[in-house]
Amino acid sequence: MNPRILAAALALALLMVGPFLAMAAILSAEMNEAERGAAELLLPRLPLGAFLTVIGFLLGLRMIHLLFGQYVLGPMKVAEQLRLMLGANRSYRVAAEGPPEMRELARAANDLAAQRDALLADVEAQVLAARAKVEEERNRLAALMSELAQAVVVCNLDGRILLYNQRARSLFETSVGLGRSIFSILERGQIAHALENVRQRMRKVSAGATANFIATTAAGRLLRVQMAAVLGALPGGEGAPEITGYVLTVDDITAGFERAAARDRVLHALTDGSRAALGSIRAAVEMLRDSPGMAEAERERFTGVIGDEVTAMSQRLDATMGEFADSLKTRWPLEDVQGADLVEAARRRIEARLGLATRAEALDDGLWVRADSFSLIHAITFLAARLQDEYGIRELRFRLSSEGRMAFVDMIWPDVIVSTEALFNWELEPMTVGEESNPLTLRDVVDRHGGEVWHQRESERAAFFRVVLPVAAAPEPSAARPAQPLRASSRPEFYDFDLFHRGDESHALDDRRLADLAFTVFDTETTGLEPSKGDEIIQIGAVRIVNGRLLPHESFEQLVDPRRPLSREGTAIHGITAEMLAGQPVISEVLPRFHRFCEDTVLVAHNAAFDMRFLQLKEAATGIRFTQPLLDTLLLSAVAHPNQESHALEDIAARLGVPLIGRHTALGDAIVTGEVFLRLVALLDGMGIHTLEQAREAARKTFYAKVTY
Amino acid sequence: MSARILIVDDEPNIVVSLEYLMKKEGFEVAVAADGEAALAQVAAFAPDLVLLDVMMPKKSGFEVCQQLRADPARAGLRIVMLTAKGRDAEVAKGVALGADAYVTKPFSTRELVAKVKSLL
Repeated sequence: MNPRILAAALALALLMVGPFLAMAAILSAEMNEAERGAAELLLPRLPLGAFLTVIGFLLGLRMIHLLFGQYVLGPMKVAEQLRLMLGANRSYRVAAEGPPEMRELARAANDLAAQRDALLADVEAQVLAARAKVEEERNRLAALMSELAQAVVVCNLDGRILLYNQRARSLFETSVGLGRSIFSILERGQIAHALENVRQRMRKVSAGATANFIATTAAGRLLRVQMAAVLGALPGGEGAPEITGYVLTVDDITAGFERAAARDRVLHALTDGSRAALGSIRAAVEMLRDSPGMAEAERERFTGVIGDEVTAMSQRLDATMGEFADSLKTRWPLEDVQGADLVEAARRRIEARLGLATRAEALDDGLWVRADSFSLIHAITFLAARLQDEYGIRELRFRLSSEGRMAFVDMIWPDVIVSTEALFNWELEPMTVGEESNPLTLRDVVDRHGGEVWHQRESERAAFFRVVLPVAAAPEPSAARPAQPLRASSRPEFYDFDLFHRGDESHALDDRRLADLAFTVFDTETTGLEPSKGDEIIQIGAVRIVNGRLLPHESFEQLVDPRRPLSREGTAIHGITAEMLAGQPVISEVLPRFHRFCEDTVLVAHNAAFDMRFLQLKEAATGIRFTQPLLDTLLLSAVAHPNQESHALEDIAARLGVPLIGRHTALGDAIVTGEVFLRLVALLDGMGIHTLEQAREAARKTFYAKVTY
Repeated sequence: MSARILIVDDEPNIVVSLEYLMKKEGFEVAVAADGEAALAQVAAFAPDLVLLDVMMPKKSGFEVCQQLRADPARAGLRIVMLTAKGRDAEVAKGVALGADAYVTKPFSTRELVAKVKSLL
């Protein structure tokens, strides 16, 4: 029985009996004999009074119990339901029962909960929307970067690559990769110097500053690099923002540089070569002039010299003009554009600015031209404006055709005779169209393109202006474009902004968390199982893990000619035949490339001791040493699941839910090993093994660490 | 009757050679040193063929060529354009504007004579 009910019962009993007994005591003290006699008359009737009192008491008790249930236990129950609603079950609602006051309380609590739920749902919706927006922006940026004609690489201050685009990959090949060091591609000193320049400029100008430098790649390409700073957001939003990294925009200027060099050679040949020839001619002429009595045979010799030199000079000039005419003339930045695009842009502009109707007829879609599109469109608009102003033409048609290295843009109009002198005058006027004026003349623009312009009658009823432009080669469809179209919904794997939040790189790798390290997971296929008895590597496959993501695009796969026969059992497993290995590079050529691929990462392999033994046996011959830290998924599996019997790759993969795809090729096994490794890292994290050193120490202690080859 | 040739060029050195060459071939020769003089000489001298330099003061060779072609009275006139710039676009322009031949400097005198004779 609840003590509070007991106390209430006691209080009720006292209240019911107490005043009566006190009254009886007082009365009996003040009574005289006669009164006592009368009182004794009442005594036999007392049991009836007591009985009535007990009945009253019981009724009172019943009432108290009822009220207790409703107004004490009721709120307690409601409180429990509220706690449930607060935590375990958000959608639970308080039952509206009991007396009206309690029902009202329940309704109020439910209303409050409904309001809370609406607010929470709203917040969740906003969080989801914001997250989707960030994701979309990331994807858009990644897509944009991929499509850029320039190579873009973003690094943090330690020189780690955080982001790069498709163009950078084609320029730097395997040297570029997420989490790798930019210093394996570009000179450390140049980067540091450029960064210092950017810092200094930022102190002077508040806006972002850039620095430029010229660099070369290992393969001898000449690069123009522009560096811009990436500024970090400050927590308080005050003070000058800190530089947290930098964006490198890289142009391959090898071709342009070679063109410039060719131009220099041409100029050199024309000046110095002509000087020598002129020297011979002049000498011969002077000899002829100063020696009137010269014998006929001598005269013949001198005129022969003049003839030879002049012929040679003419030929040199013809060859030069034929071969280098374009590079000699195009000193302005002309770009390759699709001719039809240019005409369409000019048409839109003419219709918008002049209100003149235009029509396209016969535009050659496959025709690309070299043009300074801005000034050219301005020039075409200028011509259209002149025709409209001075001759009142109502319609202009466009035609695009080509002949050899010349592209023709024709502007055709009907029925109006334009003076032949008009164009010759327009050519030399500054080009003004309405409010827009351009200091260049039509002649300047045409000269800039190494082109021509003229006015010609098409027929009795029509005439046209023809603008001649140089033809450009249509771009290779595959060169600058990613091999696969980007899927809008997925993040390309060569892109990881989370790397921006990586910690200080200066700490020794041992103290770094596994989740933060970059790994190269690799596997080898070999002719047999005994490296010490002459078995050799026939295939190396590797894939990188950065920031907890396996990056299938950043992979390495190479067959190796072992210079010894293959065993039949081996071929049955890995499916590599002698024919496949014929003509493949030998191990001393492959190892340096693989070594570069692994640079700056922690190596991971399954049963790593086996693969490492093969690599170590090549150290003396190749001079290539793999000194980076190494982790073995076999040992880590034994750490994570000490009571499992098998730690074969298939069994671990099955245990951890990794699908077995492409097994028994080096790259396929490396990818499976990588997936297994990522799951093991998560398991180890739960066991308190977080850093590289902790993982290596734990692995060292397992039984399998004693296995050697 | 020998054919009449008008030489239009602003460089006297080349005119010396051209004049000598054409006279030696038996043509009747007149000379003009700029575009306006050329138009005046065409009217006065009535040549059968004009050797017309492109780069000239006052009126360019292209302009002179187009004006001569616009004149129906000169329909039979032959025009050979001479230029120091031998770009594709210029040749195309010269031909489009009605030149009968286009010769780039430096040229072989023998070839020039052959071309002139073939046109007359």
